[in-house]
Amino acid sequence: MKKALLALADGTVFEGTALGFDGETVGELVFNTAMTGYQEILTDPSYHGQIVTMTSPLIGNYGVTPEDVESRRIWAAGFVVKECSRMSSNWRARQTLDEYFRRAKIVAIEGLDTRALTRHLRDHGSQQGVITHQDFDHARAVQKAREAPDILGRDLVADVTCAQPYEWMEGTGAWRPVSGSQGIGQAEGGPARSHGNARHHVVVYDFGVKQNILRCLVDLGCAVTVVPASTPAERVLALKPHGVLLSNGPGDPEGVPYAARAAQQLIGTVPVFGICLGHQILALALGLKTYKLKFGHHGGNHPVLDLRSRAVTITSQNHNFSVTLPPAPEGSVPADGRVMKTALGAVRLTHTSLNDESVEGLASLDHPVMSVQYHPEASPGPHDAVGWFEDFSRLMEKAHA
Amino acid sequence: MPKRTDIKTILLIGSGPIVIGQACEFDYSGTQACKALREEGYRVVLINSNPATIMTDPELADRTYVEPITPDVVEQVIERERPDAILPTMGGQTALNTAVALAKRGTLEKYKVRLIGASYEAIVKAEDRDLFKRAMARIGLKVPASVMVTNRQAAPQALDAIGGFPVIVRPSFTLGGTGGNVAYNREEYERMIDWGLAMSPVGQVLVEQSVLGWKEYELEVMRDLKDNVVIVCPIENVDPMGVHTGDSITVAPTMTLTDKEYQVMRDAAIRIIREIGVDTGGSNIQFGIHPDTGEMVIIEMNPRVSRSSALASKATGFPIAKIAAKLAVGYTLDELTNDITRVTKAAFEPSIDYVVVKVPRFAFEKFPGSDPTLTTQMKSVGEAMAMGRTFKEALQKAIRSLEVDRYGLVSLSALDGLTPSDAACVNAKESIKTVLRAPHPDRLWHLADALRAGFSVKELADCTKVDPWFLDQLQQLVDFEAQLRSASHPLLDTQHSALSTSLMWQAKRLGFSDRRIAALTGTTEIEVRRWRQQAAPAGTTGGVTYKRVDTCAAEFEAHTPYLYSTYERECESRPTDRRRVMILGGGPNRIGQGIEFDYCCVHAAMALREEGVETIMVNCNPETVSTDYDTSDRLYFEPLTEEDVLAIVEREKPLGVVVQFGGQTPLKLALPLERAGVRILGTSPDAIDRAEDRERFRELLVRLGLKQAESGMARSVDEALRVAESIHYPVMMRPSYVLGGRAMRIVYDRDGLLHYMDTAVKASPDHPVLIDKYLEDAIEVDVDAIADGTHVVVAGIMEHIEEAGVHSGDSACSLPPYSLTSSMIAEIRRQTVELARDLKVVGLMNIQFAVKHGVLYVLEVNPRGSRTVPFVSKSIGVPLAKLAMKVMLGRSLPDLGFLEVPPITHVAVKEAVFPFTKFPGVDVLLGPEMKSTGEVMGIDQDVGWAFAKSQAAAGVTLPTGGTILISVKDRDKSAALDIARRMLRLGFRVQATKGTAAFFRDQGIEVQAVNKVKEGRPHLVDHIKNGEIALVVNTVGSKASHDDSASIRLEALRKGLPYFTTMPGAKAATMGIEAMGKKGLSIRSLQEYHGTGSAKR
Repeated sequence: MKKALLALADGTVFEGTALGFDGETVGELVFNTAMTGYQEILTDPSYHGQIVTMTSPLIGNYGVTPEDVESRRIWAAGFVVKECSRMSSNWRARQTLDEYFRRAKIVAIEGLDTRALTRHLRDHGSQQGVITHQDFDHARAVQKAREAPDILGRDLVADVTCAQPYEWMEGTGAWRPVSGSQGIGQAEGGPARSHGNARHHVVVYDFGVKQNILRCLVDLGCAVTVVPASTPAERVLALKPHGVLLSNGPGDPEGVPYAARAAQQLIGTVPVFGICLGHQILALALGLKTYKLKFGHHGGNHPVLDLRSRAVTITSQNHNFSVTLPPAPEGSVPADGRVMKTALGAVRLTHTSLNDESVEGLASLDHPVMSVQYHPEASPGPHDAVGWFEDFSRLMEKAHA
Repeated sequence: MPKRTDIKTILLIGSGPIVIGQACEFDYSGTQACKALREEGYRVVLINSNPATIMTDPELADRTYVEPITPDVVEQVIERERPDAILPTMGGQTALNTAVALAKRGTLEKYKVRLIGASYEAIVKAEDRDLFKRAMARIGLKVPASVMVTNRQAAPQALDAIGGFPVIVRPSFTLGGTGGNVAYNREEYERMIDWGLAMSPVGQVLVEQSVLGWKEYELEVMRDLKDNVVIVCPIENVDPMGVHTGDSITVAPTMTLTDKEYQVMRDAAIRIIREIGVDTGGSNIQFGIHPDTGEMVIIEMNPRVSRSSALASKATGFPIAKIAAKLAVGYTLDELTNDITRVTKAAFEPSIDYVVVKVPRFAFEKFPGSDPTLTTQMKSVGEAMAMGRTFKEALQKAIRSLEVDRYGLVSLSALDGLTPSDAACVNAKESIKTVLRAPHPDRLWHLADALRAGFSVKELADCTKVDPWFLDQLQQLVDFEAQLRSASHPLLDTQHSALSTSLMWQAKRLGFSDRRIAALTGTTEIEVRRWRQQAAPAGTTGGVTYKRVDTCAAEFEAHTPYLYSTYERECESRPTDRRRVMILGGGPNRIGQGIEFDYCCVHAAMALREEGVETIMVNCNPETVSTDYDTSDRLYFEPLTEEDVLAIVEREKPLGVVVQFGGQTPLKLALPLERAGVRILGTSPDAIDRAEDRERFRELLVRLGLKQAESGMARSVDEALRVAESIHYPVMMRPSYVLGGRAMRIVYDRDGLLHYMDTAVKASPDHPVLIDKYLEDAIEVDVDAIADGTHVVVAGIMEHIEEAGVHSGDSACSLPPYSLTSSMIAEIRRQTVELARDLKVVGLMNIQFAVKHGVLYVLEVNPRGSRTVPFVSKSIGVPLAKLAMKVMLGRSLPDLGFLEVPPITHVAVKEAVFPFTKFPGVDVLLGPEMKSTGEVMGIDQDVGWAFAKSQAAAGVTLPTGGTILISVKDRDKSAALDIARRMLRLGFRVQATKGTAAFFRDQGIEVQAVNKVKEGRPHLVDHIKNGEIALVVNTVGSKASHDDSASIRLEALRKGLPYFTTMPGAKAATMGIEAMGKKGLSIRSLQEYHGTGSAKR
């Protein structure tokens, strides 16, 4: 067994065993509490620049399959687990997690007290860290962690977005979500095959889009065009979409000011739906602020309250930043969903986290614009929030009626 | 949504006695529900016939009925108490079936009572297999193909429709899958259909397509009135489909499901709970997944809390029953706070950062002749749960939690330390393969042996269908054992070389016990412990760290010290500086040690709390109230072994440890703990040893001049023969330190003795065997007393119904005694006081006496809380265990105001409940080896009625008319004559075997003579089969007559007839039937019997 080291910027060091590619990696350390879905997490572009610790202690049991990816590659900068399974056991498994890491040149570590690490991150906040298989000097490792670039204000989107626009055709297939109160309705004649017979044409801004967002749109009968993050709004509008989706993605929304500018131009001209980073970008576009959470929300068990219906949804979450709510106006009842005046009209707070009451959903009262902080496309995580896509579809229908 | 205000009084139905498939978990859920509902200000009325439950403590409900849970009785409760609602989802299948019966007969409508939690429609839709199948089809989910069969003629057609063997036979509406099985051929199939039809209360059997070998999963689902749904915990079964989930090794969370597959299952679970329409609360849904294609089928749904939900609650820290109770009265999940984090809500799905393994505990050794093959019918009597940071660690902890004297994956085929090329391994391969073909209680160990013998993971997966992932985990453990063994003794050299140090800690992280490490490296457990203590990293004690169970994988701070041990970097135990006492629980349920002991442990915790002392509970049984994080201040979910308990003691440094209440489990640890310098509270370990060790005990009795049956001690076969011959057969053989009469037997002759010594020595190798003269036809008496070192109070004297020789746990008994003279009672008191004083008992004590020809003999003294403590406490209205705990803290009995038992005017009868229907073919005769799984209490002003109620509560309805069949041994004929006379007077007809009938005729009574089985047809079994008999009295003497008459008892069991195999039992039944003829059933609550709040002290 080969030794490995995990060092944090605040000087904390954990010793463990080397896993995956032999090397060294730096990134912001975050923990994820999902008990399944490591492959989806690894390939989620939102984790670009982050070293992910899984709180679930046994990872890799069901191996890796080419089907369960959320993008073209692994984006996590590194991976920390208590114990990685040497065997993969599942009817769809094609390789072990360790093999997957080696091929993708991902540096990982196992055999350490991941609960102690998680508690540390919870109490002291996410911070930069290093995993090394090569240099076991604690002081040097801590120094490397300190020197690792900070996520605040950085444009990580540019690294993960697509180079060229493309069309997406594939739906969720056998893994179609069905539990949500509405579920994704089966489009007549099945998923759209071309723009000609599509229910809607949706342009997706790729800030690091998870493929399941695209699959859910196809399930709805949408024709989907994915465009690079830096695409100007005019170019998007020229495609004559029925709606625009601002995707999830990595890092700080303030690091991608061009995206907020594009969003500003879209608001009021076409229905816009923001997910995760897309939601934060939309909030910035509306003139709201964002801030960095102490250790973020990463997991598949986050309860969210719909302030309109008082219904609770168990959601899949992955974000380090959140939208700042302006102070409540005198005499308002937050339970009814607070309404805020912005440069682009009134915006209503529609969803909050039951755990920490942070913002989870917004809707413009003046324009066909809505956004969600968490992941209605799930993958990994519960399907309960899949109704957001139907809502988006209705928004588009209404706007074009 | 705020709580409902249209409801004031809620009736909660308990689950009755502990039986296979329904154990303490329903006391856990019922107790949580009672507390939760009263917290909300509702008036709670409770019915449960099991006195050994916390829920029937008079403080827990406003009205507590310890009465039989039958529709008639519950209707009377409803009439008296006029509840607005019934919560039927907390008392297992018993409560659910009772609620359905009450709805069907119109009681609910008549008294305007509604069901909350689950409606009648939802219950029926989930429970009726046909309706369930249709419901699943409606929402596009698959269930295995099945056909309902109501008579044996339809069986072949059903088989054709399913498409051939193997098929699953599932009787409807039975509990724990009773009567269920897997049929591989036509002969088995027909036999199973017959048995299944007999077992099903509605005479229905489902013949189902087999999904044997598919992976099995369970989801615990919660729903509120606003239709919010959460999954509390996914559970994966290590044993694939075909083994009842109660008999399976199970793991949480799931180990081999991708997120894609899990979410599909989760979606299905949510749609099912909505489709079935369970309004609020918990449900359990079982799934099968084809290992090669991922195809999913729905196996079943329980629209109520269950054993699995208790497990899920303990596994995650999410209190399902408590939340379910609050949802039932209108709260929504987002309105309820998560107790553990205090900042988050109950509307979430727990995430766990450890692995939970549950392992069943079996008792086949108690039922010679039973088939130990595991099938769709549950056969285990208990379970242990363990937590660790890996599956391997949790599994090994679970193994030692079982207390089956295995401290790891020991070899059952003597292959430890061998390699596959060794001759022994080569030779063992065939037999191992054979035993692995069918699921077996020892499968886990056989699998380890198979790996030692050189089978590959793939070969074993093909043969057993256990997922290769689990087999690979075993492979890793087996491989590591080999590595440890080759490292051998230098491992413990004082230098601890780097390699040996890392190997050692690796072993501990993999969950290896010190004992197993010692065995593998040729040293002793104490040496290994010493090494650990020396080499331990700073901040740990002996390397052990404790982690908290927090529902959220450390995302939020945990305020509840619910802990498990592991070998990691950081310890979260954080002991306080308060005065604290540690209580050792009873471990997994088994025959002879069950809920009664948990009851005592919980009371000890309550008493400590009342005295302002912090409580530390240690236990590993997930079903119990003691392992509710609410019960004690600090909970360690840990195995009850010397190693694990000492580690906690080292960490917590309690002022003392309580070993009196958890049964034999903690008692066995008393001496080792004391040796390690731990203070044992209450009666000294030496006094315990004086009472437990047969030789020292005999000296004690001799010194006090008390009588014991003639006896002798034997350490060898020759010695045993000599003793038996000198005191004359029949003799009672008793090993030392045993539980539930394990390996106790009455031996009638030399052959019997030789056979016994040959087979029973294993029971207790370090202790000799005591041979007593068997006191035939003596009356046995149980006494519970409490003492503070000076004062002794005799709390309860119970006269057994069955004669001495039947294990006290298996015989019915009456409090107060119903036939003993007052001078004999005075003598019993005198001897009890004398023994308690001599042993300097501080706390509880139990004595068993036998009375023969006016002479009192001491059978046994147990200076600890006994099985009857809860029964006595409920009978006299005094919480004995609580008082005992306070006495152990140094309070005196006068100080506590308890110097005599308040007079009672009622009679309480305890009756035992047996699992014979689970083990077809096993003889139902009673003996010194305990076989019952649980007990009930019948309480009434009238002794006959108290007995009749105890029978009804145990599931035996005494008849008020019909024919009774008498077939008894010669010595019992005159007693039988009296019974026949009284039964004839009551209008019964009487049949008797020829000899008995002739005897009756000589005495002037005419009864119908019938053939014994060997005397030609029609014989008495034909009469039973034809439904002509209402009650059977059958006693036997010689071994030969046992075998002759076994078919009578078997047939009575199959027909569900009341049967009595002892004359005192039959007499009591007669008394009960007479009472039932004189006046109707009347019920009273415990609060009325004892005066409200009388149990508060």
